[in-house]
Amino acid sequence: MEDLNNKAKQLLESGAVKVVIGYGKGTGDTRRPIFVRAAEHTGDLVFDAACTQNLATYLTKAEVRAMGKMAIVAIPSTLRSILQLAAEKQLREENVLALTVLDGSLRELATFAAIEETVATIPDAISNADQQMIDKLTAMSVSERRAFWAAELNRCVKCYACRSSCPMCYCERCTMDSNRPQWIPVASHAVGNLEYHMVRAMHLAGRCVQCGTCGAACPVGIPVHLLTIFAEGTVRQHFGQKGGASAKLDYAMTTFKPDDKETFIR
Amino acid sequence: MSERYTLTEAAVGTLIDTIAKSGRRVLGPKLVANRIEITDLKTFAELAQDGQAVVSAKGVVFPKVERLFKYRFEGGKTIALDDVEPNAQPTVLFGVRPCEARAFHALDVVFNWDSKDKFFNARMANTTVVGMACTKADESCFCTSIGSRPDDTQDSDILLSPRKAGGFVAEVLTEKGKVLVALAKDAFQPLAGNAELIPPATVAPAFDAKDLQQKLAAKFDSPLWAEQSLRCIGCGACAFVCPTCVCFDMQDEADTKQGQRLRSWDSCGMRIFTLHASGHNPRDKQSQRWRQRVYHKFSYYPERLGTLGCVGCGKCSRACPVDMNLKQHLAEAASKG
Repeated sequence: MEDLNNKAKQLLESGAVKVVIGYGKGTGDTRRPIFVRAAEHTGDLVFDAACTQNLATYLTKAEVRAMGKMAIVAIPSTLRSILQLAAEKQLREENVLALTVLDGSLRELATFAAIEETVATIPDAISNADQQMIDKLTAMSVSERRAFWAAELNRCVKCYACRSSCPMCYCERCTMDSNRPQWIPVASHAVGNLEYHMVRAMHLAGRCVQCGTCGAACPVGIPVHLLTIFAEGTVRQHFGQKGGASAKLDYAMTTFKPDDKETFIR
Repeated sequence: MSERYTLTEAAVGTLIDTIAKSGRRVLGPKLVANRIEITDLKTFAELAQDGQAVVSAKGVVFPKVERLFKYRFEGGKTIALDDVEPNAQPTVLFGVRPCEARAFHALDVVFNWDSKDKFFNARMANTTVVGMACTKADESCFCTSIGSRPDDTQDSDILLSPRKAGGFVAEVLTEKGKVLVALAKDAFQPLAGNAELIPPATVAPAFDAKDLQQKLAAKFDSPLWAEQSLRCIGCGACAFVCPTCVCFDMQDEADTKQGQRLRSWDSCGMRIFTLHASGHNPRDKQSQRWRQRVYHKFSYYPERLGTLGCVGCGKCSRACPVDMNLKQHLAEAASKG
């Protein structure tokens, strides 16, 4: 952590970056996002096992971008989000620098190529608890699964914390907010909730970096991250593509290839 | 003067049972998968006596979605309107925290400010609140900063306070409270001697709401709001768990034959809050929306409605995915300048 603080200090002092997006002490034992803009405040940065939120969501926030070049304290999912944002042309290489701790040592990743190289060495990590839950859901009959999600989504209040916390949900106007036409019922009733979460999962298929930040953000504890993790897993299985693996767009859901194995598309 | 009784734990169980048998719905704080929810309460053992429900009890009188009316297109320009009556199920909110009880007043002043909202009023008239004094608090709690306390009786119909020897003292505060006593007379025993209550939770005041209100008058253009809201991601978690947040959105759901108008919770956190049809939004930035949240509750409410739009329950802070701790932010606003 001392390395991180020193590096942040050096970056801010030299003017190499204007802000370090990182973790600071939060309420109780929690960690919260902080934005360090002066070298004398780098001591506020904390990095430990409690830092689990993917901070990449701030890389597209106008108020943060307006500060200038950003350094971000990156856990593995943050690195993947950077690549996916880059692939979708939401982030320029010269605007971001990742600071990550791997095997106990601090690494400064200044290029997308360096991030790609690093990400390739980090195994995908869906937590055991999440994997067990996905296995359990997959083993269910359709009606059992429907009943499970109906009960979970009944608690949804459509606060959109899942959407807002997701680095890949960067649209300025979301389809969910459109009322003329109203594509999806805006109200938080059974149909409105189900359709919202279905659309969100589909929209993230092939783009989700499986960080679980949406599920952690849900105030009522709905495991919404299982939906996007599963959808992403399906794309990986069928198309061999991974969200957040490359800074170049190679997105199964929108890419046309003349040598597509499916004949109907040719 | 309120009446005081004592109830054993078994008597509280009998009371819950008797209320349910009278045809009323009993809802209360209950531990469900590590979260406290305000949900159907069947026994005393289910009642979570400490800790805060994640989502407030507000939905009992102001549900997340409410149908206000229906309409039918009957050819040409003829539209038939159908009134919808409120679904005001007789309900007893049992064992909720005093801050939750106090919140109903903050809702009432808005729903009866100019027009009288028939849906809210019908639900409120059929709701009885049995509060329970807090003996534990956490670091998000700040009821004492807004002029309340962990054993506040305001807006409860009955307040239960846990006794050292087990059981509770019941302070019956309103006519609605007396109706419950009459339902289960044997459960309520006269209080003989000292109440011997477990001391209420200690909640150290973090700021003074009146002082904050005065300071806010000169802080509208302060850079503080931009600084505080930098980490805000613009979701509605704070507003939707809040017991007093009253902003709503109207949506029509219709096809070519018929439709309905729905009222849903809205949140000042969200980007489209107060977005005009022209495309202009007077609160275009997150900092302006965050400032609106603070000013609405701590400046506009007391100025215009004579009460605060906050009860200090801390639900927003606990629910926030990025730890926007309201108590800390308000203390900061009150301490500077």
